[in-house]
Amino acid sequence: MLTVSAICHSAGFQVTDNGGRVWPVTVVVLAIIAVWYLSAVLLNSPFQKDSYKRQKQTDVSLVTLARDTMSQERPVLPAPHQVAQEIYKTTVQKKITSKRSLIFHSWITLSTALLGFVMGTVLGIVLAVSIIHNRALDKSLMPWIIASQTIPILAIAPMIIVVLNAIGIQGMLPKALISTYLSFFPVAVGMVKGLRSPEVSHIDLMRTYNASSWQTLWKLRLPASMPYLFTSMKIAIAIAMVGAIVGELPTGAVAGLGARLLAGSYYGQTVQIWSALIMASVLAASLVGLVSLANRLVLKRMGSLP
Amino acid sequence: MSAEAQSATGNVVTASDLSLRFDTNDGAVHALSDIDLTIQAGDFVSLIGPSGCGKTTLLRVIADLETPTSGDVQVNGVSPQQARLARAYGYVFQAASLYPWRTIARNVALPLEIMGLDRKERRARVERNLELVNLSGFEKKYPWQLSGGMQQRASIARALAVEPDLLLMDEPFGALDEIVRDHLNEQLLQLWDKTNKTVVFVTHSIPEAVFLSTHIVVMSPRPGRIIDIIESDLPKDRGLDIRETPEFLAIAHRVREGLRQGHSYED
Repeated sequence: MLTVSAICHSAGFQVTDNGGRVWPVTVVVLAIIAVWYLSAVLLNSPFQKDSYKRQKQTDVSLVTLARDTMSQERPVLPAPHQVAQEIYKTTVQKKITSKRSLIFHSWITLSTALLGFVMGTVLGIVLAVSIIHNRALDKSLMPWIIASQTIPILAIAPMIIVVLNAIGIQGMLPKALISTYLSFFPVAVGMVKGLRSPEVSHIDLMRTYNASSWQTLWKLRLPASMPYLFTSMKIAIAIAMVGAIVGELPTGAVAGLGARLLAGSYYGQTVQIWSALIMASVLAASLVGLVSLANRLVLKRMGSLP
Repeated sequence: MSAEAQSATGNVVTASDLSLRFDTNDGAVHALSDIDLTIQAGDFVSLIGPSGCGKTTLLRVIADLETPTSGDVQVNGVSPQQARLARAYGYVFQAASLYPWRTIARNVALPLEIMGLDRKERRARVERNLELVNLSGFEKKYPWQLSGGMQQRASIARALAVEPDLLLMDEPFGALDEIVRDHLNEQLLQLWDKTNKTVVFVTHSIPEAVFLSTHIVVMSPRPGRIIDIIESDLPKDRGLDIRETPEFLAIAHRVREGLRQGHSYED
Protein backbone atom coordinates (compact mmCIF):
# COMPACT_ATOMS: atom_id res chain seq x y z
CA MET A 1 0.00 0.00 0.00
CA LEU A 2 2.78 2.30 0.89
CA THR A 3 4.53 1.83 -2.44
CA VAL A 4 1.32 2.35 -4.38
CA SER A 5 0.64 5.63 -2.66
CA ALA A 6 4.26 6.62 -3.17
CA ILE A 7 3.95 5.93 -6.89
CA CYS A 8 0.71 7.91 -7.16
CA HIS A 9 2.20 10.73 -5.16
CA SER A 10 5.36 11.07 -7.18
CA ALA A 11 3.66 10.53 -10.52
CA GLY A 12 0.72 12.76 -9.81
CA PHE A 13 2.07 15.72 -7.93
CA GLN A 14 5.80 16.01 -8.36
CA VAL A 15 8.20 15.34 -11.16
CA THR A 16 11.02 13.75 -9.19
CA ASP A 17 13.77 11.46 -10.43
CA ASN A 18 11.93 8.54 -8.95
CA GLY A 19 8.55 9.53 -10.31
CA GLY A 20 10.09 9.89 -13.73
CA ARG A 21 11.27 6.28 -13.63
CA VAL A 22 8.62 4.43 -11.67
CA TRP A 23 5.76 5.48 -13.90
CA PRO A 24 7.15 4.23 -17.26
CA VAL A 25 8.25 0.98 -15.63
CA THR A 26 4.78 0.41 -14.19
CA VAL A 27 3.16 1.05 -17.58
CA VAL A 28 5.50 -1.42 -19.30
CA VAL A 29 4.88 -4.11 -16.65
CA LEU A 30 1.10 -3.68 -16.96
CA ALA A 31 1.36 -3.88 -20.76
CA ILE A 32 3.41 -7.09 -20.57
CA ILE A 33 0.91 -8.69 -18.18
CA ALA A 34 -2.00 -7.71 -20.47
CA VAL A 35 -0.28 -9.19 -23.54
CA TRP A 36 0.59 -12.28 -21.51
CA TYR A 37 -3.06 -12.89 -20.50
CA LEU A 38 -4.25 -12.35 -24.05
CA SER A 39 -1.64 -14.75 -25.43
CA ALA A 40 -2.50 -17.34 -22.78
CA VAL A 41 -6.16 -17.31 -23.86
CA LEU A 42 -5.30 -17.53 -27.57
CA LEU A 43 -2.62 -20.22 -27.22
CA ASN A 44 -4.54 -22.42 -24.80
CA SER A 45 -7.97 -22.23 -26.46
CA PRO A 46 -7.39 -24.89 -29.21
CA PHE A 47 -6.76 -27.53 -26.53
CA GLN A 48 -9.71 -26.28 -24.54
CA LYS A 49 -12.04 -26.41 -27.58
CA ASP A 50 -10.87 -29.97 -28.29
CA SER A 51 -11.67 -31.04 -24.78
CA TYR A 52 -15.14 -29.42 -25.01
CA LYS A 53 -15.67 -31.39 -28.21
CA ARG A 54 -14.62 -34.64 -26.56
CA GLN A 55 -16.94 -34.02 -23.66
CA LYS A 56 -19.67 -33.14 -26.16
CA GLN A 57 -20.11 -29.76 -24.56
CA THR A 58 -21.60 -27.20 -26.91
CA ASP A 59 -22.45 -23.52 -26.73
CA VAL A 60 -19.75 -22.70 -24.21
CA SER A 61 -19.68 -18.95 -23.67
CA LEU A 62 -16.53 -16.95 -24.44
CA VAL A 63 -16.18 -15.98 -20.80
CA THR A 64 -16.17 -19.62 -19.72
CA LEU A 65 -13.68 -20.47 -22.46
CA ALA A 66 -11.38 -17.67 -21.35
CA ARG A 67 -11.62 -18.74 -17.72
CA ASP A 68 -10.98 -22.38 -18.56
CA THR A 69 -7.89 -21.55 -20.66
CA MET A 70 -6.36 -20.05 -17.52
CA SER A 71 -6.88 -23.04 -15.28
CA GLN A 72 -5.44 -25.86 -17.36
CA GLU A 73 -3.02 -28.23 -15.67
CA ARG A 74 -0.48 -28.21 -18.50
CA PRO A 75 -1.20 -25.11 -20.56
CA VAL A 76 0.87 -24.13 -23.58
CA LEU A 77 1.32 -20.78 -21.88
CA PRO A 78 0.30 -20.55 -18.23
CA ALA A 79 -1.42 -17.35 -17.16
CA PRO A 80 0.52 -14.96 -14.88
CA HIS A 81 -1.60 -15.74 -11.83
CA GLN A 82 -0.98 -19.50 -12.28
CA VAL A 83 2.76 -18.84 -12.25
CA ALA A 84 2.37 -16.54 -9.26
CA GLN A 85 0.41 -19.21 -7.38
CA GLU A 86 3.04 -21.83 -8.20
CA ILE A 87 5.83 -19.55 -7.00
CA TYR A 88 3.91 -18.79 -3.82
CA LYS A 89 3.27 -22.48 -3.19
CA THR A 90 6.89 -23.49 -3.76
CA THR A 91 8.50 -20.66 -1.82
CA VAL A 92 6.35 -19.56 1.10
CA GLN A 93 4.44 -22.80 1.67
CA LYS A 94 7.39 -25.19 1.44
CA LYS A 95 10.22 -25.71 3.87
CA ILE A 96 13.50 -24.36 2.51
CA THR A 97 15.12 -27.76 2.90
CA SER A 98 12.40 -29.47 0.84
CA LYS A 99 13.32 -30.69 -2.63
CA ARG A 100 10.12 -29.04 -3.80
CA SER A 101 11.07 -25.63 -2.50
CA LEU A 102 11.96 -23.15 -5.22
CA ILE A 103 14.12 -21.30 -2.72
CA PHE A 104 16.19 -24.44 -2.21
CA HIS A 105 16.73 -24.77 -5.97
CA SER A 106 17.34 -21.05 -6.38
CA TRP A 107 20.03 -21.13 -3.72
CA ILE A 108 21.83 -24.01 -5.48
CA THR A 109 21.91 -22.04 -8.73
CA LEU A 110 22.61 -18.71 -7.06
CA SER A 111 25.59 -20.01 -5.09
CA THR A 112 27.01 -21.65 -8.21
CA ALA A 113 26.55 -18.44 -10.20
CA LEU A 114 28.15 -16.32 -7.47
CA LEU A 115 31.18 -18.60 -7.21
CA GLY A 116 31.54 -18.58 -11.00
CA PHE A 117 31.10 -14.81 -11.12
CA VAL A 118 33.79 -14.19 -8.47
CA MET A 119 36.23 -16.52 -10.25
CA GLY A 120 35.35 -14.98 -13.62
CA THR A 121 35.84 -11.43 -12.35
CA VAL A 122 39.21 -12.27 -10.79
CA LEU A 123 40.30 -14.10 -13.95
CA GLY A 124 39.13 -11.20 -16.12
CA ILE A 125 41.05 -8.64 -14.05
CA VAL A 126 44.21 -10.79 -14.00
CA LEU A 127 44.03 -11.26 -17.77
CA ALA A 128 43.47 -7.53 -18.37
CA VAL A 129 46.39 -6.57 -16.10
CA SER A 130 48.68 -9.03 -17.90
CA ILE A 131 47.55 -7.81 -21.29
CA ILE A 132 48.23 -4.13 -20.65
CA HIS A 133 51.66 -4.86 -19.19
CA ASN A 134 52.87 -7.15 -21.92
CA ARG A 135 52.69 -6.45 -25.65
CA ALA A 136 53.21 -10.11 -26.53
CA LEU A 137 50.28 -11.16 -24.35
CA ASP A 138 48.16 -8.40 -25.88
CA LYS A 139 48.82 -9.83 -29.35
CA SER A 140 48.58 -13.51 -28.41
CA LEU A 141 45.91 -13.64 -25.73
CA MET A 142 43.23 -11.27 -27.01
CA PRO A 143 42.28 -13.32 -30.13
CA TRP A 144 41.83 -16.42 -27.94
CA ILE A 145 39.73 -14.56 -25.43
CA ILE A 146 37.42 -13.46 -28.24
CA ALA A 147 37.46 -16.90 -29.87
CA SER A 148 36.44 -18.50 -26.58
CA GLN A 149 33.12 -16.67 -26.74
CA THR A 150 32.31 -17.74 -30.30
CA ILE A 151 31.83 -21.35 -29.16
CA PRO A 152 28.19 -21.95 -28.20
CA ILE A 153 28.08 -22.50 -24.45
CA LEU A 154 25.48 -25.25 -24.91
CA ALA A 155 28.05 -27.20 -26.92
CA ILE A 156 30.97 -26.76 -24.57
CA ALA A 157 29.17 -27.05 -21.22
CA PRO A 158 28.66 -30.87 -21.40
CA MET A 159 32.33 -31.29 -22.42
CA ILE A 160 33.51 -29.33 -19.38
CA ILE A 161 31.28 -31.40 -17.08
CA VAL A 162 32.40 -34.71 -18.63
CA VAL A 163 36.11 -33.88 -18.68
CA LEU A 164 36.12 -32.61 -15.09
CA ASN A 165 34.07 -35.59 -13.97
CA ALA A 166 36.71 -37.88 -15.51
CA ILE A 167 39.39 -36.34 -13.28
CA GLY A 168 37.16 -36.57 -10.25
CA ILE A 169 35.87 -33.02 -9.99
CA GLN A 170 32.14 -33.05 -9.36
CA GLY A 171 29.40 -31.05 -7.79
CA MET A 172 29.32 -27.28 -7.71
CA LEU A 173 32.73 -26.48 -9.18
CA PRO A 174 32.23 -27.74 -12.77
CA LYS A 175 28.97 -25.78 -13.02
CA ALA A 176 30.62 -22.69 -11.54
CA LEU A 177 33.39 -23.02 -14.12
CA ILE A 178 30.83 -22.66 -16.89
CA SER A 179 29.69 -19.42 -15.26
CA THR A 180 33.34 -18.39 -15.07
CA TYR A 181 33.80 -19.22 -18.74
CA LEU A 182 31.02 -16.81 -19.65
CA SER A 183 31.61 -14.07 -17.12
CA PHE A 184 35.38 -13.55 -17.42
CA PHE A 185 34.94 -12.20 -20.95
CA PRO A 186 33.13 -8.89 -20.35
CA VAL A 187 35.40 -8.21 -17.35
CA ALA A 188 38.59 -8.86 -19.34
CA VAL A 189 37.50 -6.71 -22.28
CA GLY A 190 36.10 -3.92 -20.08
CA MET A 191 39.14 -3.84 -17.81
CA VAL A 192 41.61 -3.69 -20.71
CA LYS A 193 39.77 -0.57 -21.82
CA GLY A 194 39.49 0.74 -18.26
CA LEU A 195 43.15 0.21 -17.37
CA ARG A 196 44.07 2.09 -20.55
CA SER A 197 41.61 4.90 -19.85
CA PRO A 198 43.85 7.35 -17.88
CA GLU A 199 44.76 10.53 -19.71
CA VAL A 200 48.25 10.83 -21.18
CA SER A 201 49.19 13.56 -18.70
CA HIS A 202 48.13 11.35 -15.78
CA ILE A 203 50.46 8.61 -17.01
CA ASP A 204 53.27 11.11 -17.78
CA LEU A 205 52.92 12.38 -14.23
CA MET A 206 53.68 8.90 -12.87
CA ARG A 207 56.70 8.78 -15.17
CA THR A 208 58.05 12.05 -13.82
CA TYR A 209 57.81 10.54 -10.32
CA ASN A 210 59.75 7.50 -11.48
CA ALA A 211 56.85 5.30 -10.34
CA SER A 212 57.08 1.54 -10.87
CA SER A 213 54.47 -0.16 -13.03
CA TRP A 214 52.91 -1.63 -9.89
CA GLN A 215 52.60 1.84 -8.37
CA THR A 216 51.10 3.15 -11.62
CA LEU A 217 48.67 0.21 -11.67
CA TRP A 218 47.67 0.59 -8.06
CA LYS A 219 47.47 4.35 -7.77
CA LEU A 220 46.32 5.30 -11.27
CA ARG A 221 45.12 2.55 -13.60
CA LEU A 222 42.96 0.58 -11.17
CA PRO A 223 41.13 3.57 -9.66
CA ALA A 224 40.60 4.99 -13.16
CA SER A 225 39.12 1.69 -14.34
CA MET A 226 36.44 1.39 -11.62
CA PRO A 227 33.51 2.65 -13.77
CA TYR A 228 34.51 0.15 -16.48
CA LEU A 229 34.81 -2.66 -13.94
CA PHE A 230 31.31 -2.14 -12.59
CA THR A 231 29.76 -1.91 -16.05
CA SER A 232 31.47 -5.18 -16.97
CA MET A 233 30.44 -6.82 -13.69
CA LYS A 234 26.78 -5.99 -14.35
CA ILE A 235 26.95 -8.00 -17.58
CA ALA A 236 29.11 -10.70 -15.99
CA ILE A 237 26.81 -11.41 -13.07
CA ALA A 238 23.76 -11.73 -15.34
CA ILE A 239 25.46 -14.21 -17.67
CA ALA A 240 26.94 -16.06 -14.69
CA MET A 241 23.32 -16.92 -13.80
CA VAL A 242 22.77 -18.16 -17.36
CA GLY A 243 25.97 -20.21 -17.14
CA ALA A 244 24.94 -21.83 -13.86
CA ILE A 245 21.55 -22.83 -15.29
CA VAL A 246 23.07 -24.15 -18.51
CA GLY A 247 25.62 -26.04 -16.41
CA GLU A 248 22.82 -27.85 -14.59
CA LEU A 249 21.18 -29.12 -17.78
CA PRO A 250 23.69 -31.68 -19.11
CA THR A 251 24.53 -33.11 -15.70
CA GLY A 252 20.97 -34.24 -15.23
CA ALA A 253 21.25 -32.39 -11.99
CA VAL A 254 18.58 -33.07 -9.41
CA ALA A 255 18.79 -29.65 -7.85
CA GLY A 256 18.90 -26.10 -9.12
CA LEU A 257 16.73 -23.91 -11.35
CA GLY A 258 18.18 -25.68 -14.41
CA ALA A 259 17.10 -29.02 -12.98
CA ARG A 260 13.60 -27.61 -12.42
CA LEU A 261 13.50 -26.45 -16.07
CA LEU A 262 14.63 -29.87 -17.25
CA ALA A 263 12.23 -31.82 -15.05
CA GLY A 264 9.43 -29.47 -16.05
CA SER A 265 10.05 -30.08 -19.73
CA TYR A 266 10.25 -33.88 -19.26
CA TYR A 267 6.82 -33.98 -17.68
CA GLY A 268 5.27 -31.11 -19.58
CA GLN A 269 4.95 -29.07 -16.38
CA THR A 270 4.84 -25.68 -18.07
CA VAL A 271 3.76 -23.90 -14.90
CA GLN A 272 6.87 -25.24 -13.15
CA ILE A 273 9.09 -24.17 -16.07
CA TRP A 274 7.70 -20.67 -16.07
CA SER A 275 7.99 -20.23 -12.34
CA ALA A 276 11.64 -21.33 -12.50
CA LEU A 277 12.21 -18.91 -15.39
CA ILE A 278 10.62 -16.02 -13.53
CA MET A 279 12.62 -16.88 -10.41
CA ALA A 280 15.86 -16.94 -12.45
CA SER A 281 15.19 -13.56 -14.02
CA VAL A 282 14.17 -12.00 -10.70
CA LEU A 283 17.41 -13.31 -9.17
CA ALA A 284 19.51 -12.03 -12.09
CA ALA A 285 17.84 -8.62 -11.95
CA SER A 286 18.44 -8.40 -8.19
CA LEU A 287 22.11 -9.31 -8.65
CA VAL A 288 22.53 -6.63 -11.32
CA GLY A 289 20.81 -4.22 -8.93
CA LEU A 290 23.25 -5.14 -6.17
CA VAL A 291 26.23 -4.50 -8.46
CA SER A 292 24.72 -1.12 -9.40
CA LEU A 293 24.36 -0.29 -5.73
CA ALA A 294 27.98 -1.27 -5.05
CA ASN A 295 28.97 0.84 -8.03
CA ARG A 296 27.23 3.92 -6.63
CA LEU A 297 28.72 3.43 -3.16
CA VAL A 298 32.26 2.94 -4.46
CA LEU A 299 32.13 5.92 -6.82
CA LYS A 300 30.69 8.06 -4.04
CA ARG A 301 33.57 7.07 -1.79
CA MET A 302 35.92 8.00 -4.63
CA GLY A 303 34.53 11.54 -4.53
CA SER A 304 32.71 11.57 -7.85
CA LEU A 305 30.20 14.27 -8.68
CA PRO A 306 26.91 13.69 -6.86
CA MET B 1 75.34 24.73 2.59
CA SER B 2 78.41 25.02 0.40
CA ALA B 3 76.98 22.45 -2.00
CA GLU B 4 73.86 24.55 -2.31
CA ALA B 5 75.83 27.68 -2.93
CA GLN B 6 77.79 25.86 -5.58
CA SER B 7 74.67 24.58 -7.32
CA ALA B 8 73.20 28.06 -7.20
CA THR B 9 75.84 29.21 -9.66
CA GLY B 10 76.00 26.04 -11.78
CA ASN B 11 74.28 25.12 -15.00
CA VAL B 12 71.00 23.34 -14.36
CA VAL B 13 70.17 22.57 -17.98
CA THR B 14 72.54 22.50 -20.92
CA ALA B 15 71.51 21.52 -24.42
CA SER B 16 73.90 21.51 -27.34
CA ASP B 17 73.19 20.74 -30.96
CA LEU B 18 69.94 19.11 -29.90
CA SER B 19 67.59 17.78 -32.59
CA LEU B 20 64.45 15.71 -32.42
CA ARG B 21 62.67 14.23 -35.39
CA PHE B 22 59.32 12.44 -35.24
CA ASP B 23 58.87 9.87 -38.00
CA THR B 24 55.21 9.93 -38.93
CA ASN B 25 53.30 8.33 -41.79
CA ASP B 26 53.44 11.65 -43.65
CA GLY B 27 57.24 11.77 -43.36
CA ALA B 28 59.63 13.19 -40.81
CA VAL B 29 58.65 16.13 -38.64
CA HIS B 30 61.55 18.20 -37.32
CA ALA B 31 60.21 19.11 -33.92
CA LEU B 32 63.54 20.48 -32.70
CA SER B 33 66.57 21.51 -34.72
CA ASP B 34 70.05 22.53 -33.50
CA ILE B 35 68.97 23.74 -30.09
CA ASP B 36 71.72 25.30 -27.97
CA LEU B 37 70.58 26.47 -24.56
CA THR B 38 72.04 26.95 -21.12
CA ILE B 39 69.88 27.52 -18.07
CA GLN B 40 71.56 28.56 -14.86
CA ALA B 41 70.44 27.95 -11.32
CA GLY B 42 67.88 30.49 -10.16
CA ASP B 43 66.89 31.52 -13.70
CA PHE B 44 63.29 31.91 -14.73
CA VAL B 45 63.35 30.93 -18.39
CA SER B 46 60.33 31.22 -20.65
CA LEU B 47 60.06 29.33 -23.92
CA ILE B 48 57.77 31.29 -26.22
CA GLY B 49 56.63 30.68 -29.77
CA PRO B 50 53.65 29.74 -31.93
CA SER B 51 52.05 26.29 -31.82
CA GLY B 52 54.28 23.63 -33.32
CA CYS B 53 57.55 25.42 -32.59
CA GLY B 54 58.66 22.61 -30.29
CA LYS B 55 58.59 24.52 -27.01
CA THR B 56 56.64 21.80 -25.22
CA THR B 57 58.79 19.13 -26.90
CA LEU B 58 61.93 20.84 -25.59
CA LEU B 59 60.45 20.87 -22.08
CA ARG B 60 59.54 17.18 -22.43
CA VAL B 61 63.10 16.38 -23.56
CA ILE B 62 64.44 18.05 -20.41
CA ALA B 63 61.94 15.97 -18.39
CA ASP B 64 62.94 12.75 -20.19
CA LEU B 65 59.41 12.35 -21.51
CA GLU B 66 60.84 12.50 -25.08
CA THR B 67 64.18 11.23 -26.33
CA PRO B 68 66.17 13.48 -28.69
CA THR B 69 67.33 12.09 -32.05
CA SER B 70 70.77 13.68 -31.77
CA GLY B 71 72.73 16.13 -29.67
CA ASP B 72 73.38 16.30 -25.99
CA VAL B 73 71.23 17.36 -23.02
CA GLN B 74 72.25 17.47 -19.41
CA VAL B 75 70.16 18.21 -16.36
CA ASN B 76 72.13 18.91 -13.18
CA GLY B 77 75.21 17.56 -14.98
CA VAL B 78 73.66 14.15 -15.71
CA SER B 79 71.41 12.76 -18.44
CA PRO B 80 67.70 13.66 -18.30
CA GLN B 81 66.92 10.02 -17.54
CA GLN B 82 69.20 9.96 -14.51
CA ALA B 83 67.74 13.29 -13.42
CA ARG B 84 64.21 11.88 -13.73
CA LEU B 85 65.13 8.75 -11.80
CA ALA B 86 66.56 11.01 -9.09
CA ARG B 87 63.31 13.03 -9.14
CA ALA B 88 65.26 16.19 -9.83
CA TYR B 89 62.37 18.22 -11.20
CA GLY B 90 58.70 18.92 -10.68
CA TYR B 91 56.50 19.02 -13.77
CA VAL B 92 53.31 21.07 -14.11
CA PHE B 93 51.08 20.15 -17.03
CA GLN B 94 48.83 22.37 -19.11
CA ALA B 95 45.78 20.76 -17.51
CA ALA B 96 45.95 20.50 -13.73
CA SER B 97 45.92 16.70 -14.12
CA LEU B 98 44.73 16.07 -10.59
CA TYR B 99 43.43 12.57 -9.97
CA PRO B 100 39.67 13.04 -9.58
CA TRP B 101 39.29 10.27 -6.97
CA ARG B 102 41.82 11.86 -4.62
CA THR B 103 41.24 14.84 -2.37
CA ILE B 104 43.49 17.87 -2.82
CA ALA B 105 45.69 16.78 0.10
CA ARG B 106 46.01 13.25 -1.24
CA ASN B 107 46.78 14.58 -4.73
CA VAL B 108 49.66 16.60 -3.32
CA ALA B 109 50.73 13.54 -1.32
CA LEU B 110 50.76 11.30 -4.43
CA PRO B 111 54.42 11.79 -5.39
CA LEU B 112 55.38 11.52 -1.71
CA GLU B 113 53.65 8.13 -1.44
CA ILE B 114 55.56 6.96 -4.49
CA MET B 115 58.82 8.21 -3.00
CA GLY B 116 58.02 6.11 0.08
CA LEU B 117 58.01 8.94 2.61
CA ASP B 118 56.41 8.19 5.95
CA ARG B 119 53.01 9.53 6.92
CA LYS B 120 54.33 12.26 9.18
CA GLU B 121 56.70 13.68 6.58
CA ARG B 122 53.97 13.47 3.92
CA ARG B 123 51.53 15.40 6.09
CA ALA B 124 54.11 18.08 6.87
CA ARG B 125 55.01 18.58 3.22
CA VAL B 126 51.38 18.65 2.07
CA GLU B 127 50.55 21.28 4.67
CA ARG B 128 53.61 23.38 3.86
CA ASN B 129 53.12 23.37 0.10
CA LEU B 130 49.36 23.96 0.16
CA GLU B 131 50.07 26.96 2.35
CA LEU B 132 52.66 28.15 -0.17
CA VAL B 133 50.03 28.27 -2.93
CA ASN B 134 47.34 29.69 -0.59
CA LEU B 135 45.19 26.56 -0.54
CA SER B 136 45.18 25.86 3.19
CA GLY B 137 41.72 24.71 4.23
CA PHE B 138 41.00 22.94 0.95
CA GLU B 139 42.74 19.67 1.91
CA LYS B 140 39.56 17.60 2.02
CA LYS B 141 37.99 18.98 -1.16
CA TYR B 142 37.90 17.00 -4.37
CA PRO B 143 39.29 18.58 -7.55
CA TRP B 144 35.86 19.20 -9.11
CA GLN B 145 34.93 21.32 -6.09
CA LEU B 146 37.72 23.82 -6.95
CA SER B 147 37.91 26.48 -9.67
CA GLY B 148 40.32 26.04 -12.57
CA GLY B 149 42.83 28.44 -11.05
CA MET B 150 42.74 26.68 -7.69
CA GLN B 151 43.18 23.31 -9.36
CA GLN B 152 46.27 24.58 -11.15
CA ARG B 153 47.64 25.96 -7.86
CA ALA B 154 47.10 22.53 -6.30
CA SER B 155 49.04 20.96 -9.16
CA ILE B 156 51.88 23.43 -8.53
CA ALA B 157 51.85 22.45 -4.84
CA ARG B 158 52.05 18.81 -5.94
CA ALA B 159 55.11 19.57 -8.09
CA LEU B 160 56.73 21.55 -5.25
CA ALA B 161 56.08 18.79 -2.70
CA VAL B 162 58.82 16.70 -4.31
CA GLU B 163 61.10 19.61 -3.29
CA PRO B 164 62.95 19.78 -6.59
CA ASP B 165 65.35 22.59 -7.48
CA LEU B 166 63.95 22.66 -10.99
CA LEU B 167 60.35 23.37 -11.91
CA LEU B 168 59.17 22.59 -15.46
CA MET B 169 55.87 24.25 -16.37
CA ASP B 170 54.02 23.58 -19.62
CA GLU B 171 51.57 26.43 -20.27
CA PRO B 172 50.15 25.99 -16.77
CA PHE B 173 47.83 29.00 -17.02
CA GLY B 174 46.93 28.59 -20.69
CA ALA B 175 43.37 27.48 -20.04
CA LEU B 176 42.56 30.16 -17.47
CA ASP B 177 40.96 33.56 -18.02
CA GLU B 178 43.16 36.64 -18.05
CA ILE B 179 42.22 37.98 -14.62
CA VAL B 180 43.01 34.67 -12.90
CA ARG B 181 46.14 34.33 -15.00
CA ASP B 182 47.46 37.77 -13.93
CA HIS B 183 46.83 36.88 -10.33
CA LEU B 184 48.59 33.53 -10.60
CA ASN B 185 51.52 35.11 -12.47
CA GLU B 186 52.05 37.46 -9.55
CA GLN B 187 51.83 34.59 -7.06
CA LEU B 188 54.20 32.45 -9.10
CA LEU B 189 56.76 35.24 -9.16
CA GLN B 190 56.57 35.60 -5.38
CA LEU B 191 56.86 31.84 -5.04
CA TRP B 192 59.94 31.79 -7.25
CA ASP B 193 61.44 34.63 -5.25
CA LYS B 194 60.75 32.81 -1.96
CA THR B 195 61.96 29.36 -2.99
CA ASN B 196 64.94 30.21 -5.21
CA LYS B 197 64.03 27.53 -7.71
CA THR B 198 64.99 27.35 -11.34
CA VAL B 199 61.91 27.54 -13.55
CA VAL B 200 61.46 26.62 -17.21
CA PHE B 201 58.10 27.96 -18.35
CA VAL B 202 56.38 27.32 -21.68
CA THR B 203 53.89 29.94 -22.84
CA HIS B 204 52.53 31.62 -25.94
CA SER B 205 51.65 34.86 -24.19
CA ILE B 206 54.16 37.68 -24.67
CA PRO B 207 53.12 39.70 -21.57
CA GLU B 208 53.27 36.56 -19.42
CA ALA B 209 56.76 35.66 -20.68
CA VAL B 210 58.15 39.18 -20.21
CA PHE B 211 56.53 39.65 -16.82
CA LEU B 212 57.82 36.40 -15.34
CA SER B 213 61.20 35.75 -16.88
CA THR B 214 64.84 36.51 -16.43
CA HIS B 215 65.46 34.98 -19.86
CA ILE B 216 63.01 34.70 -22.77
CA VAL B 217 63.75 32.08 -25.40
CA VAL B 218 61.94 32.92 -28.66
CA MET B 219 61.29 29.89 -30.85
CA SER B 220 59.90 29.37 -34.35
CA PRO B 221 58.31 26.37 -36.06
CA ARG B 222 59.19 23.98 -38.93
CA PRO B 223 61.86 23.14 -37.93
CA GLY B 224 61.54 24.08 -34.24
CA ARG B 225 64.52 26.28 -33.45
CA ILE B 226 65.65 29.15 -31.24
CA ILE B 227 65.43 32.59 -32.89
CA ASP B 228 66.52 34.80 -30.03
CA ILE B 229 67.37 34.64 -26.33
CA ILE B 230 66.49 37.85 -24.52
CA GLU B 231 67.86 38.64 -21.10
CA SER B 232 65.50 40.75 -19.07
CA ASP B 233 66.88 43.39 -16.69
CA LEU B 234 63.60 44.10 -15.00
CA PRO B 235 63.92 44.18 -11.20
CA LYS B 236 63.29 40.90 -9.45
CA ASP B 237 60.69 42.48 -7.22
CA ARG B 238 58.04 43.50 -9.75
CA GLY B 239 54.31 44.10 -9.66
CA LEU B 240 51.74 43.80 -12.42
CA ASP B 241 51.91 47.56 -13.16
CA ILE B 242 55.46 47.12 -14.45
CA ARG B 243 53.75 46.08 -17.67
CA GLU B 244 53.04 49.76 -18.44
CA THR B 245 56.71 50.84 -18.20
CA PRO B 246 58.87 51.59 -21.28
CA GLU B 247 61.45 48.97 -20.22
CA PHE B 248 58.80 46.26 -20.19
CA LEU B 249 57.36 47.38 -23.53
CA ALA B 250 60.84 47.43 -25.08
CA ILE B 251 61.44 43.80 -24.15
CA ALA B 252 57.94 42.83 -25.31
CA HIS B 253 58.67 44.56 -28.62
CA ARG B 254 61.87 42.58 -29.07
CA VAL B 255 60.01 39.32 -28.37
CA ARG B 256 57.35 40.26 -30.90
CA GLU B 257 60.02 41.11 -33.49
CA GLY B 258 61.60 37.70 -32.93
CA LEU B 259 58.29 35.91 -33.33
CA ARG B 260 57.58 37.86 -36.53
CA GLN B 261 61.02 37.01 -37.92
CA GLY B 262 60.32 33.34 -37.33
CA HIS B 263 57.06 33.57 -39.19
CA SER B 264 58.12 35.76 -42.14
CA TYR B 265 59.15 32.97 -44.52
CA GLU B 266 55.83 31.22 -44.14
CA ASP B 267 53.44 33.42 -46.14
